[in-house]
Amino acid sequence: MVSTKAQKSIFYRLHIDPWLLLGIFSLMVLSLLTLHSVSPDWVVPQLIRLGIAMSAMIVMAQIPPEVYQRWTPTVFIICVLMLVAVLIFGHTGKGAQRWLDLGFTKFQPSEIMKLIMPFAVAYFISQYTLPIRLSKAFIALLIVIVPTLLIAKQPDLGTSILVASSGLFVLFLSGISWLYIGIALAAILAFVPVLWFYLMHDYQRTRVMTLFNPEADPLGAGYHIIQSKIAIGSGGVWGKGWQQGTQSQLEFLPERHTDFIFSVFSEEFGFVGILLLLTIYLFIIGRGLWIANKAQDAFTKLVAGSIILTFFVYIFVNIGMVSGLLPVVGVPLALISYGGTSIVTLLAGFGVLMSFNTHKRFNIK
Amino acid sequence: MARKRVSIRNHSAESALFMRRTLVVFIAIICAIGGLITNLYYLQVSSFESFQTRSNDNRISVQTVPPNRGLIYDRNGIVLAENRPVYSLQVVVKKTKNLRQKVNKLRNMLDLTDEEVERFYSRNRYARSYRPILLLDQLTTEEVALFTVNQHQFKGFSIKANLKRYYPFGDAFTHVLGYIAKINSKDLKRIEAKGETARYRGTNFIGKLGIEKYYEELLHGQPGQRQVEVDSWGKVIRVLNFTPPIPGKDIKLNIDIQLQLKAQNLLGDTRGSVIVMDTRTGGVLSLVSNPSYDPNLFVQGISSKKYNELLNSRDRPLINRATQGRYPPASTIKMQMALLALDTKVITEHTKIKDPGWWIVPGSKRRFRDWKRWGHGEVDVNHAIEQSCDTFFYDASYKIGIDRMNPFMKQFGFGEYSGLDLGEETKAIMPSREWKRARYNAPWYDGDTISVGIGQGYWTVTPIQLTQATAILARKGEIITPHILHSIVSEAGAFTPPKKMTVPIKLNDEHYWDIALKAMHGVTSKKTGTAHRAFAKTSYSVAGKSGTAQVISIKEDEEYDADKLKEHQRDNAMFVAFAPYETPEIVATVVLENAGGGSSNAAPIIRDLFDEYFENIKPKQQLDF
Repeated sequence: MVSTKAQKSIFYRLHIDPWLLLGIFSLMVLSLLTLHSVSPDWVVPQLIRLGIAMSAMIVMAQIPPEVYQRWTPTVFIICVLMLVAVLIFGHTGKGAQRWLDLGFTKFQPSEIMKLIMPFAVAYFISQYTLPIRLSKAFIALLIVIVPTLLIAKQPDLGTSILVASSGLFVLFLSGISWLYIGIALAAILAFVPVLWFYLMHDYQRTRVMTLFNPEADPLGAGYHIIQSKIAIGSGGVWGKGWQQGTQSQLEFLPERHTDFIFSVFSEEFGFVGILLLLTIYLFIIGRGLWIANKAQDAFTKLVAGSIILTFFVYIFVNIGMVSGLLPVVGVPLALISYGGTSIVTLLAGFGVLMSFNTHKRFNIK
Repeated sequence: MARKRVSIRNHSAESALFMRRTLVVFIAIICAIGGLITNLYYLQVSSFESFQTRSNDNRISVQTVPPNRGLIYDRNGIVLAENRPVYSLQVVVKKTKNLRQKVNKLRNMLDLTDEEVERFYSRNRYARSYRPILLLDQLTTEEVALFTVNQHQFKGFSIKANLKRYYPFGDAFTHVLGYIAKINSKDLKRIEAKGETARYRGTNFIGKLGIEKYYEELLHGQPGQRQVEVDSWGKVIRVLNFTPPIPGKDIKLNIDIQLQLKAQNLLGDTRGSVIVMDTRTGGVLSLVSNPSYDPNLFVQGISSKKYNELLNSRDRPLINRATQGRYPPASTIKMQMALLALDTKVITEHTKIKDPGWWIVPGSKRRFRDWKRWGHGEVDVNHAIEQSCDTFFYDASYKIGIDRMNPFMKQFGFGEYSGLDLGEETKAIMPSREWKRARYNAPWYDGDTISVGIGQGYWTVTPIQLTQATAILARKGEIITPHILHSIVSEAGAFTPPKKMTVPIKLNDEHYWDIALKAMHGVTSKKTGTAHRAFAKTSYSVAGKSGTAQVISIKEDEEYDADKLKEHQRDNAMFVAFAPYETPEIVATVVLENAGGGSSNAAPIIRDLFDEYFENIKPKQQLDF
């Protein structure tokens, strides 16, 4: 590959990827449109959050990959310690301990863990020749499992799933043998009963139960899912039109601006709108995987691949849950839902991708 | 170490492996998205009609039904705080056509002001179209009737009835009842912290002050829930399930409306406060702080102009003087001081001193003057209380010392919260060496003790503390806690307040009580007593004590001349009293700011209140007490 001056566009020098940026901007427009429909009050605060998240992305994009690699172990260990601290001193909000109060600000260490997890696993794995041996894979699994359990204990099922999957994606991308993967899947299946009977909280169990039969309790636990399905279904091919969704305007939908924003979107913009939204998502994912493939060493490839896969998990879990395929676990719709932390983590992740794409460690001549 | 391994790795093989895995992942993602789309296609295209029908016809909505707030009665069952229906006119914009034309029609019909119409349009701009938007608040019954007759012309417009808190007696009970007002962000935080968010769903109001705040827990109630089916316009078709709200509890106060209104009347324009309390139960029969203000202003949402007026008024109407006003107690505490002097054996019943009209701290030149320039002559303790001789108490307090004064007076409740069921209270100051060190970083001087000995100097009290202390005196040391709540109407029996201080004050000789109380009786009954004129020819026996507190310090040789002083510098007039002297029933405290002498100005008010109680109120309510 020959790098010419023409290739080094203004975006390249700013370490910004124009294609990813285009995708992100399109999503933001859809997000603001939908939020305005839910309530105009959400628009300005969301704009502020988007601004902060954008800045985070730009900052992350300026940091060269070597720096990420060098700091990974330190940051990871601090983050694990903070998770332990949350369990001991944490702030309880809505029955779950997620917040750590630093005096001047409260924040969720689990959000940072979401970002740092792929780095930690990739850091470990990239020291060895790929594919790694079984013994190393076990150590890598340990790196994934410890924080996951700490977060699951808070309890925050949604985040722990995202953290676990972002670590496991690295393992998968590193080319670990299909045989091991098969065995691991079998083990997970065996673990399900343990999870069900010992680790899950009552409210999480109700959510899973409701998933299988929401109509059994239409006014209680099933109410949210039924209302959400009615919203999506009644949107039809073309949707009811912007600000015309009766399900959301008349407040039948819960959490319209956060977890259930997809239902609002589907009701007002219909199947056509959904196809557009999914196309944008697919475009971003494709571009992300492309960047991962072009990355120069194992560490960056693995991290980039995992970030983009986690992004997909957000989308899949959220749409799956509001359309009745998956249990309601409290995952926002990536870059569309209202809310600060998830947008910042996601855009910071994209900043990392952009950094990997624009800082080349060595020029191949 | 890691770096070295990189150098011997087969990079192209690793890249190829990674590329293969990425490809697998990409295919998986396409499949997964395909799965999502299939499901969404099923929902939105295949089952569209069924969902559309459900969306249009069968909407189940869960609504919160706010509870009615408990009413507040006086001890006779007269309503002091009630919930009145108020009507507002609202519009669902989606349901109307030619909105502007209709609003214009209404403008003539209901005399809408331009401002109201303007506000409506600006609300409309931001509100969602299916939500009812407020057009006019607080319609009169005539307006409601007028609109209802013509309702067919105004599709989408409707009248909504709401209950609003109303205080029928306006400013007469503000400092007792307080008021409720819109929940603000600070209240919200407190509600969240207490985990009571669900309790306040559907409610906009919360107790902000006084009884309304103190008994919020009792008065608020529990919201109910209604699961309803609504049509595509959000209109309720039928109720599926209804959990009725639990209304707040109605409460009865110890306050007697007759006495309260009388007290407010007697105060007139004077700044000050009146408290009347039952010495046997601690029930507060009357608590007035003047000037007051109309609490209904706060329920409606007070304008910032009006609020600033209240806030910045020189007369400080927002302050509850009865519980937050801090005054030097002056001579009203002479009985307690005499008790201490007797108990510490500084004096006996028969100790006499010569009063030339002044007193000098031994070993110094500082001269303390008596209010009577020429002196009282030979004085014993009885005489010293009856005629309020300062010199006697200068000498006694010098011998007692601040270290014995502070703990003794604290037993009477000075420097402590009285335990009254109102949130707005200050502890005022019962000074001590430690207090002065902490406050002024200065040592305690003998001169400080002398001032405190006649209830001046650093010592400040609130009228409620003075009432409590006088009641404890009348009960010969038995502690009593003032309280306003009489009972919860639905629950039989009077409410027992939580006891704060229960250990009675013990003196070395019980007879000391009689000495102090007898002298206090002399104040109102003997010709030589300072207040005998105010209590001449009562049908009941009284014990009382005046107090005239200096607001500014008069220099050693200066004469106090009320006419020369500015109004805000004049003395505070105070009087405490209980009756009957033999078997105490009620105790009262009157504090008049900048009104001059206690016996001449404050005592007549108590006389009138006691007359009212013994001649009009007590005979009627014999059974209730």
